[in-house]
Amino acid sequence: MSREQLVVQQARKSFQTGKSKPLQYRILQLNSLLRFISERRRNIADAVKRDLGKSENGAELFETLGLEGEIKLAIGKLAEWAAPRPVEKNLLTISDEVYVQPEPLGVVLIIGAWNYPWAVTLQPLVGAIAAGNAAVIKPSEVSPHSAKVMEELLPLYLDKDLYPVVTGGVAETQELLKQRFDHIFYTGNSTVGKLVMKAASYHLTPVTLELGGKSPCYIDKSCDITVACRRITWGKFVNCGQTCIAPDYVLCEPCIQSRVIEEIEKSIKEFYTDDPKSFEDYGRIINQRHFKRVMALMEGSSVAVGGDSDESQCYIAPTVLKDVTRDSKVMKEEIFGPLLPIIAVSGVDEAIQFINEREKPLVVYVFSHDNKLIKRVLAETSSGALLANDCLVHFTVSALPFGGVGNSGMGCYHGRYSFDQFSHLRSCLIKQLKMEAVNSMRYPPHTAKKLGWARFLLLKQVNVCKLQRVSLVIMLAGLAAFVVQRFLRRG
Amino acid sequence: MSGKVRACYACQRNGRLTCRRTRLGEPCLKTYPLECVNLLKRARIAFQAGRTLTEGFRLAQLEAVVRMLEEHECDFVDALGRDLHKPRFETVVSELIPVKNEAFHAISNLKKWMQPQHVEGNMSTTLDECLVVSEPLGVVFIIGAWCSPVQMCLVPLVGAIAAGNCAIISPSECTAHTAELLHRLIPFYLENECFHVIIAGTSDLPEVLELKYDHVFFTGNREEGSRIAQAAARTLTPVTLVLGGKNPCYVDQHCEIATTAQRIAWARFHNAGQNVVAPDYILCHTNVKAQLVQALKGCLMQFYGSDPRESRSYGRMVNLEIFNRTRDMLWRSGKVAVGGQVIEAEKYIAPTILTEVTGPDSVMQQDVFGPVLPVLTVMCMDEAIAFINKQEKPLCVYAYSSNSKVISRLMSETSSGSFCSNDSILQSLMVTLPFGGVGASGMGSYHGRYSFDTFSHRKSCLLRGTRFECVTYLRYPPYEDRNLSLMTWASTLSQKSQGWCQIL
Repeated sequence: MSREQLVVQQARKSFQTGKSKPLQYRILQLNSLLRFISERRRNIADAVKRDLGKSENGAELFETLGLEGEIKLAIGKLAEWAAPRPVEKNLLTISDEVYVQPEPLGVVLIIGAWNYPWAVTLQPLVGAIAAGNAAVIKPSEVSPHSAKVMEELLPLYLDKDLYPVVTGGVAETQELLKQRFDHIFYTGNSTVGKLVMKAASYHLTPVTLELGGKSPCYIDKSCDITVACRRITWGKFVNCGQTCIAPDYVLCEPCIQSRVIEEIEKSIKEFYTDDPKSFEDYGRIINQRHFKRVMALMEGSSVAVGGDSDESQCYIAPTVLKDVTRDSKVMKEEIFGPLLPIIAVSGVDEAIQFINEREKPLVVYVFSHDNKLIKRVLAETSSGALLANDCLVHFTVSALPFGGVGNSGMGCYHGRYSFDQFSHLRSCLIKQLKMEAVNSMRYPPHTAKKLGWARFLLLKQVNVCKLQRVSLVIMLAGLAAFVVQRFLRRG
Repeated sequence: MSGKVRACYACQRNGRLTCRRTRLGEPCLKTYPLECVNLLKRARIAFQAGRTLTEGFRLAQLEAVVRMLEEHECDFVDALGRDLHKPRFETVVSELIPVKNEAFHAISNLKKWMQPQHVEGNMSTTLDECLVVSEPLGVVFIIGAWCSPVQMCLVPLVGAIAAGNCAIISPSECTAHTAELLHRLIPFYLENECFHVIIAGTSDLPEVLELKYDHVFFTGNREEGSRIAQAAARTLTPVTLVLGGKNPCYVDQHCEIATTAQRIAWARFHNAGQNVVAPDYILCHTNVKAQLVQALKGCLMQFYGSDPRESRSYGRMVNLEIFNRTRDMLWRSGKVAVGGQVIEAEKYIAPTILTEVTGPDSVMQQDVFGPVLPVLTVMCMDEAIAFINKQEKPLCVYAYSSNSKVISRLMSETSSGSFCSNDSILQSLMVTLPFGGVGASGMGSYHGRYSFDTFSHRKSCLLRGTRFECVTYLRYPPYEDRNLSLMTWASTLSQKSQGWCQIL
């Protein structure tokens, strides 16, 4: 039996003992996870620095801040989320208990990504733990230092049978995917996403796929271009462009194009100084392969800002490309690097058309003061999310479901959505063995009379609340009439 | 329908030996994958033109579905009568009324469902609008099953319409008359470019799925479900699968046997047992087994008379394949306590109860899609729970007991798509409860609001202003410790706990 098979078997055995069912246990594990993040802050920052060149503060801001928020939210709300959810009844079920009961799925697999190795691997874990599952965690091998730290340190805080960490490369992942899980959560690209979904389909395992795409960013000439460019610069070059929700390319009218380029250049200098290479808060490309890939994308377009690189360090300067058309190399795939192409469009109509010609992205960004324009882009394009006048921040709002649509993925998470994604919402109808007379109309032999009753009782949905309200009103009216009568009589 | 019938010209040209004609002399209605390409294209163009987006359009289509069922009730009764020998009562109550209820529910709630949902932001997004907007997916593909052919095609269709999608529906070719009826009627009621009906065999489906849809909704058995899921994986198409399963039914020693028997008998034998949510097998406490079997026998007599074959309330198997399969199961398992008669020419199998059934018996190794009810005995509830948990997760778990502790335990120690105590099937008819499977019984759910959500994409929207850059500057590089602590504070507090923020 392979190592992966053993790990999954152990996780399943552990789950079947029922220890992850009580809410207290789940809260205990979540608290341990919180402790892990605060006690091992240094280890995490160190690993991230080695993997992606991120500074310590940068690591905290982007990796663990959101994670801590999610854990605290889950701990605070767990009782509410896990409680039975009552639903509206109909006439026939008026005296019954009707509700939806969230239940754990079983053993889930979480495959992390390398760009935010902690945030993207552990945030789904929070939902999995909260929902009462066992979870096999597979951090990405492309960020090896983070994977190693996770493998060594996480078992010191979390139950190592219920939440094992499995490291390894393609072969180990394929072996894992051969096993049967009750849910698979994958973050990465769509090519591997398809393979994950296919492997899952043999076992009829549901999946959540957080994939990528080219997230467009439309800048309307009516907006405050300085602020807009600043926010776009921040969103684009954080983590050296290696963010799934980074603005991939910019669409704007030719009349503001040079101003946009100018403002972005100013913001780059403001954030990363004149020499980003030596600046602590500017990251690196994850590895040689991606470095070469991103460099090759620059072919055929002119560099407006930046453009320099250093292969030995996997460093690419924050770069802005102009003279880009829909057929340029840089428009053929998701960039996932610090190159920002600017494409000229004649206005919002052409921008919407341009966006709709391509696959549905994870996010659509629009910068404008005109609310009507924003609402138009919202209604006429489709994407995982839409952000107006900023970049990336929807990731931090736990109440917003985070996920893709079409090629950018399926399913969503964050906050309560994480809990629901890893739960089975089971419908429950608790009836009694009384009132059989009502049921008799459904039994054969069937008669026209029974059919008539059935139509009457089944066809209309009666809102119980409404019924109560109506009967309350009738009662009050009756009472009022009674009181008035007595008063009149007295008088 | 198959085997000896000569194929029509179109089918022969396509190298098929069997054909799908509902009446001799009529053209075959089988849709070939190539035709699907055209229909999909038309549906996509219609969707992109934005026709399905307005509330008015969706309401009109939903009302048209109701009208179609009302105006053609007799045709549906007739078609289902021919396909499954379904009594009028069952067609109306279990096929037409549920669809109408779903449509009414959608009509009265559509406005609310279509409204963007405002959500709570955090402090750093206090001055912004955070909303979740439901948008349609595009063109969805709905594959119906033969056991409840109308309900299983039209209930998801109601959800798809309400969510603003275009749809291609494929009713099962096993219930040929019903499929043909839907194929004929839908163009008269629903918008022709947006909604199409195709009649494809299940073996053609993976090929049809190669064309990209935005969601695939499938009801059927596990093997087909897995093939559909694999085909959908190739195009990253999300799927909802409502698959079968062996729905266990536990009968406790403390329960009112007469009522229990009536409810179980109704649930198991209506539609001649061809029901995906019917109790598949009984786990009966040894103390009450004899009584239960006796009571069931009495109920069957009451429902269908001494010869169910003569009863107008009793159905037939949908085709020879299912008939043969069920008959083989019956002959090879346990002992026949009630019924057992079969008549091949009529595809008739009498309501049958089997006793002395054990785990390895043929009837326990596959889903029972026929009027055969195996009764197994257990010494206690623990044994029942252990038995249930050894099988794959089913669509439903049923429990009959007057002891609420027994019910709670059975519910919390098993897992299934849904659960119902002291009755069966009803939980799948309620518009407000999600209906779907888990594990091997499927993924995703529908009915009511859940249908709307299944066929929608919930898009997160965060609408900020470009003013108040003074707050936003905290997050820009260079990253300083002071900024980090301020950001931590701002992003973790929520609006509710800081009421004064709302005044801002």
